[in-house]
Amino acid sequence: MKCGRCSKPAVLHITEVRQKEVQALHLCEGCAKEYLSHSQASKADAAIDSDSESEASLLEELDQKLCPNCGISFKEFRAQGRLGCPHDYVVFEDELLPLLENIHGETTHAGKIPKRSPQASQLQFQLIKLRNELRTSVEEERYEDAARIRDSIRHIEETRSKAESGRTSNDPD
Amino acid sequence: MDLESLTRTSGEWLKATGPDSDIVMSSRIRLARNLADFSFPSRADDRARAEIEELLRRQIAKNPAGRKLNYISVSSLDTIDRQMLVERQLISREHSETHGQRGVGISDEENVSVMINEEDHLRIQVLRSGFALDDCWLEIDAIDDAIEADRTYAFNDRLGYLTACPTNCGTGIRVSVLMHLPALVHTKEIQKVFQALQKINLAVRGLYGEGSQAMGDFYQISNQVTLGKSEEHLIRTIQDVVPNIVSYERRVRQALVSENRRGLHDQVSRAYGILKTARTISSEETMDLLSSVRLGINLGLIDDLEIPTINELFIHTQPAHLQKIRHEKLETMERNVARADYIRQRLSERN
Repeated sequence: MKCGRCSKPAVLHITEVRQKEVQALHLCEGCAKEYLSHSQASKADAAIDSDSESEASLLEELDQKLCPNCGISFKEFRAQGRLGCPHDYVVFEDELLPLLENIHGETTHAGKIPKRSPQASQLQFQLIKLRNELRTSVEEERYEDAARIRDSIRHIEETRSKAESGRTSNDPD
Repeated sequence: MDLESLTRTSGEWLKATGPDSDIVMSSRIRLARNLADFSFPSRADDRARAEIEELLRRQIAKNPAGRKLNYISVSSLDTIDRQMLVERQLISREHSETHGQRGVGISDEENVSVMINEEDHLRIQVLRSGFALDDCWLEIDAIDDAIEADRTYAFNDRLGYLTACPTNCGTGIRVSVLMHLPALVHTKEIQKVFQALQKINLAVRGLYGEGSQAMGDFYQISNQVTLGKSEEHLIRTIQDVVPNIVSYERRVRQALVSENRRGLHDQVSRAYGILKTARTISSEETMDLLSSVRLGINLGLIDDLEIPTINELFIHTQPAHLQKIRHEKLETMERNVARADYIRQRLSERN
């Protein structure tokens, strides 16, 4: 989706409710900052925008949002141009879709599909997270936690390999 | 794989055996893939990187799709060896310069290279001499299938293969063709080609891909979009446009010959003369002169030299190759002398 004020991709989507009037705004980062600072300034005059403070923190929140698996923030991604893990595409979907639309002109994959079904993707993301936790707990010498996490990883891996072998026997591929 | 012996050989893709190889030096397809349950390399710590390398090294050792791949641990190579692999187009500059556990599997003919822990966990590349994208796709698709049969890739129904950079997600494919276009450069007609390619969303880059300078009149044409189109569609876009550029270059070459055959013959002969006799020569001048000589051979103006020799010289006269050939570290000035020596020797062997 493009910014309502210029042609950059919209990163902020605001639904403004002002005296029973509802207005949807889609803004790019630059225009959003301008919009938010403007709405902050007008607050002093009118004092009717009870929500403007939380609006101002929206951008900040957006930057602060972390991927629970790899710990990257959207701000970090923007600074380095590289995502942290596959799960970021889920966590930052709202922010990434306009970006992808801008780069590729489309947002739906139309190519090759792996024979292994992606159904288990949630489990895979969980595995990334658990492996990270396992490393931290070993480093911090929390061995009981580590043992518990290791069991969970093993459990997920077993479930997954069972599901996969089940599928292969039915699947001509 | 013995890195020392590489300085005496060249990749199969330089042998000018493929279709239209007078103008299309090589065709290349690469796929970006990631394992589903690890962070991307730049975000993975040393232990995770080592684990990823080990998992994928085992896949490489299984000779995916029947391709024997020699594994090289890139992180344990010194700078010159890494640079040599870059010069041979077997690893990317990013892969050479980044840090941490990483490696590459390379086929004997240097047609296939599989990088581990580059920007993505896996970067599979297939190269061919000449204009041969269908062959590249058949082979890379089979290798990709073979690896995927054992490992679960990061994939999402909507966004396709998930990559570290959103510019690669979807198919993760980069289809490129390396073209030698001296006549279009000489007549500045190349600008029109650039504009036309830009309109259909194709990128034009230099010999070594992203951010590299156009050297020796070589241009790499590749797709930019990776999401929302099928691999076949993206390949076809390039396949449709390349023959037009090939015939454009051929037309302009013929025009140059019929307008001023003697002048052109003189120019390519002088270039050949300098290469055969110079005592010190920069990399840039070498590229320019080799380009003229390559054009001269293809137009029949030089008849005692073969294209594969010239193709090989483009690679072997680069800094890391020269230093490997000399078995010593050389500064720029010393390299210019070593380069001139090497070229004189190679060109006299042929006569």
